[in-house]
Amino acid sequence: MTVANDLDRRFREAAARAGLLDAAYDVVDSPIGPLLVAATDLGILRISFDPDPERELDRIARVAGRKVLHAPLAVDPVRHELDEYFARRRQAFDLSVDLRGATPFTVQVLGELARVPYGQTATYGQLAARVGRPRAARAIGMVMNHNPIPIVLPCHRIIGSNGSLVGYGGGLDRKVHLLRLEGALLS
Amino acid sequence: MQRMSTSPIPPFELFYSDNRDAVLALLRRRLGSQRADDAFQETFLRALAAYGRLSHGEHLRAWVLTIAANVAIDTLRRTRPAAESTEIPHEDARPAYEQLGELTDGLPPKERAAVVLRYGYDLTYDQIAVALDSSPVAARQAASAGVRRLRTRRTG
Repeated sequence: MTVANDLDRRFREAAARAGLLDAAYDVVDSPIGPLLVAATDLGILRISFDPDPERELDRIARVAGRKVLHAPLAVDPVRHELDEYFARRRQAFDLSVDLRGATPFTVQVLGELARVPYGQTATYGQLAARVGRPRAARAIGMVMNHNPIPIVLPCHRIIGSNGSLVGYGGGLDRKVHLLRLEGALLS
Repeated sequence: MQRMSTSPIPPFELFYSDNRDAVLALLRRRLGSQRADDAFQETFLRALAAYGRLSHGEHLRAWVLTIAANVAIDTLRRTRPAAESTEIPHEDARPAYEQLGELTDGLPPKERAAVVLRYGYDLTYDQIAVALDSSPVAARQAASAGVRRLRTRRTG
């Protein structure tokens, strides 16, 4: 006996509405491929370019708690802002982020990263200087590479000092796409 | 055999997708398909509310089927006075699994679970095997061993 889609959907919605979840997730379609998005009461917890939840579930549960459910309803606010961003109707995200599980250094770097404006870029070295660690460009690169909430925390805006794009956790194609979308790169 | 190591508790999503079909099957048997839908939702909301307090991941199937059986009983109690009461399957005033719960107190955990699931919840050995994470043969043996032990206890 298989649970019908409608029954399944109703449970997932009820669970989200009841406020019983530690984290909810859904796969959100985007021009740069499907994104796995997880959210908690505190804000956006995770955006992953790997849409297979199997690989993220344990990590999400470790950070937020084991009551993790695929509950699209609870992800709707994030989906909405992402849709607007990709349609060039939004330049800054209003939703808060949930950085539980990140080290204080990471939180500091990501906080500074969030201030790099839409359509602009900064270098790894500049970001290092802004957190008071001018020689820590490599450490900054590591934080960018493991950014738990790419796009919203715009690590795609961080480039090499010679103007090269250097790298991106989601692959350089996606970095190029995002920078072009924002008008920071000429197509 | 009872596993000694405690198994980790999976994220709720995995627990839910592993058990939803079995829960719905039990509820449909008890309540018919119409009332089973509401009971299904209530079962997993109860499980979700309690999920953070679980201390290990053993026998999660048996755990959630127990919740489902309780929800079914509550549903039957709530709806019994209704005019459609003739459609409601017959249930003793006191559910069999409650009486069995006391009776089987002190049996080894696996035997106790097998006896209660077989004679209290009326599950098949195939279903019990899934609940106990063992084989149908082992489930049958556990239930028989439990019943034998109860007989010895009563006579001896």
